[in-house]
Amino acid sequence: MRGQRNTAILAGIILLALVLIWIDLPDNPGIHIHWGFINIDKDIRVHQGLDLQGGLQVLLEADVPEGTEIDSEAIDTAKVIVENRVNGLGVTEPLVQKRGERRIIVELPGIEDPELAVATIQETGLLEFIDAGYTFLAPGTEVETDYLGGDEEGTPPEATTEATPVETSADEGTPEAEPAPVVYHTVIAGAGLKDAVATVIQDAGSTLPVVAFELKSEASSTFAQHTASHRGQYLCIVLDKTIVSCPVIEDAIPDGKGIIRGRFTPVEAKALAVKLRYGALPLPLRIETTRTVGPTLGQDSVRRSITAGAIGLSVVFLFMLVYYRFPGLLADLALAIYALLNFAIYKFGLPPLFDYVTLTLPGIAGFLLSTGMAVDANILIFERMKEELRAGRSLGAAIEVGFNRAWTSIRDSNISTILTCAILFYFGSTFGASMVKGFALTLIIGVMTSMFTAVTVTRTFIRFAFDAFGDSLRDKRWLLGI
Amino acid sequence: MFDIIGKRYWYFLISALLIVPGLIAMVYSTVTYGAPVRLSIDFTGGSLMVLKFQQPATEDAIRDVFISQGFTNPVVQQLGQPEDNTWQVRMGFADVETVDKIKASLADQISPIDEASSSFSTVGPAVGSEVTRAATVAVVIASLLVGAFIIITFRRIPNAFRYGVCAISAMTHDILIALGFVSIMGILFSWEVDALFLTAILTVIGFSVQDKIVVFDRIRENTPKWRGEPFETVVNRSILETLHRSLATQLNAMFVMIAILLFGGASIKQFIAVMLVGMVTATYSSIFNAVPVLVAWENGEVGRFFRRIFGREAATA
Repeated sequence: MRGQRNTAILAGIILLALVLIWIDLPDNPGIHIHWGFINIDKDIRVHQGLDLQGGLQVLLEADVPEGTEIDSEAIDTAKVIVENRVNGLGVTEPLVQKRGERRIIVELPGIEDPELAVATIQETGLLEFIDAGYTFLAPGTEVETDYLGGDEEGTPPEATTEATPVETSADEGTPEAEPAPVVYHTVIAGAGLKDAVATVIQDAGSTLPVVAFELKSEASSTFAQHTASHRGQYLCIVLDKTIVSCPVIEDAIPDGKGIIRGRFTPVEAKALAVKLRYGALPLPLRIETTRTVGPTLGQDSVRRSITAGAIGLSVVFLFMLVYYRFPGLLADLALAIYALLNFAIYKFGLPPLFDYVTLTLPGIAGFLLSTGMAVDANILIFERMKEELRAGRSLGAAIEVGFNRAWTSIRDSNISTILTCAILFYFGSTFGASMVKGFALTLIIGVMTSMFTAVTVTRTFIRFAFDAFGDSLRDKRWLLGI
Repeated sequence: MFDIIGKRYWYFLISALLIVPGLIAMVYSTVTYGAPVRLSIDFTGGSLMVLKFQQPATEDAIRDVFISQGFTNPVVQQLGQPEDNTWQVRMGFADVETVDKIKASLADQISPIDEASSSFSTVGPAVGSEVTRAATVAVVIASLLVGAFIIITFRRIPNAFRYGVCAISAMTHDILIALGFVSIMGILFSWEVDALFLTAILTVIGFSVQDKIVVFDRIRENTPKWRGEPFETVVNRSILETLHRSLATQLNAMFVMIAILLFGGASIKQFIAVMLVGMVTATYSSIFNAVPVLVAWENGEVGRFFRRIFGREAATA
């Protein structure tokens, strides 16, 4: 019986509403399940865009002459390198993405020192081989080196054969609470590296992933000298002052070719080879666009717009109630669920499509606008119902016919909005105009959820109301908004 | 039945009255500023800084600092109330080190800056011109896509092509009015067109077509029902039937937008204002533009009109 099915759907909707309310609560703890092989770690919170929480956005472009073909692997590597640098800045949610074939966009929300960030991103990427004596340095350790530039093949200007690290003297008058930082001697710098490849060697019957490297000629001779006199000591590989790997010198290396052995998986070996090869950016990157926004600026706007939105929506709720009376009340309930659903999608995302929506000020405007469209769908339905009732149909038939006739209008008209939003979204993505993108996204989500709530939620409510109260309503035309 | 369609030539006149001042403003703007509307750095390239000082500042003092850093023609404007101490400066492209120097210089000579309430944007010239081109393309593609969509959706009725064209022409009318509005605002209040404006236009396109589809849909439904009646009467009936819905939806959308205009954050006010203008004209043009043109076309008036313009001998209708 249709009535039972309707009640089941109604129950489903109420359940959904409860879930939505839970998702929408502030300070939601998120979902963290580690049970057996189920590992879920999902934060459920509002993600604010740059214009709301402040931060930095930079659009980088490959700085090569117009029309030069850009190797897609090069730009991918550049993106990875920029990403690694950015991750070291301590921003909670950095974003580094490729945009088209020549551009990389970087977004750092909430960053406190934009100038430092920009400098870091544009850093050249210095690779060094340092002499660590008999001390093993774990990967990830930060070190200071004495590398000051040197000539083109990366041979530091004062190459000595001393193995001992050079101690810096502490400042006069400062208490010696910590040991003075050790400055390591750079044997070879990255410019001297010719190539590095991940490969495998056979060792005692098993296959070991290693990284094979080759140095340029002048660097080779320095290297040969150093390895001959430092057998058994550590020669660490440093990238942007951080230890990447710290192998032992096992033998003199006269020809500038060597193997870095370690406990690598094939993936790690490849990653290290990439780091060595591309320690420096493979392509020069130039900044095309920069935007920095102070956090207070955004927060103020948010508060005002949320207030405005709340006022606007209240008027809408009131209007529907006054104009359509009982169906209007049902539409208002459906609208409330609509708002809950949208907000939940912003916080929870739609896995696997996306994990959350970054809200921007235009995004909020987009949501408010889409409520207008959600209302529109309800209005279309109600006007249809009114017409059918006036034409003499029974209440039950008027409901069904009203929905069916209105649905084609709703669907077709919403599609046109979706089309223009798709274009907007594409435009926003290509130019790093995250505000445009944010608006398009919230509007598309809004339009789609509005189709759902109009058809499912409003219809279920009305059917249920009719089933439950139909007889007493039949004669109260006023209540039905005729 | 109240005759809306019969008075269609009045509506065309009103539309002309709405569009012409905008066109004049756009011509004036092009002559004075080089573009029909004032363009923001998103399209022209350059930099925009919003600076909140801790002490009051003067326009000249600020401009001097920028000139000393090598910018030839900085445009300095005060934002908000005088006690906000917030200024906006528009100048050429700048990199982050230059911005640092500027801020240091400003702190030195005028007063330190409240970073939390300030912002900085710079757009390279290459990106700027790309954005302009892409924006135009986006609008054109959107219009064509939507027009095609209408033609496809209404393919079952005769002359579906006309519906698409009428929708596009009404939409163009809406865009022209919105552009005119922004142009006038640019001349009077220095409003600038940025990427958000493009968003507003595309949204207006979407909404505009949405509105027309609802009316067309009703015409499509009524045409077989009222076969005996002339087209004009059927259309008139359709408009009257959808009027309630159009007005109710328009009102609701306006409630929200007016609330944002009055109470919302400053940065999206212009965006919302443009959308408001666009949506009102969209509803207007559905009833008083798209459909009357459809009727005029159907009645052969369009053909006669063009023939008269181009001086060909009019065949007897």
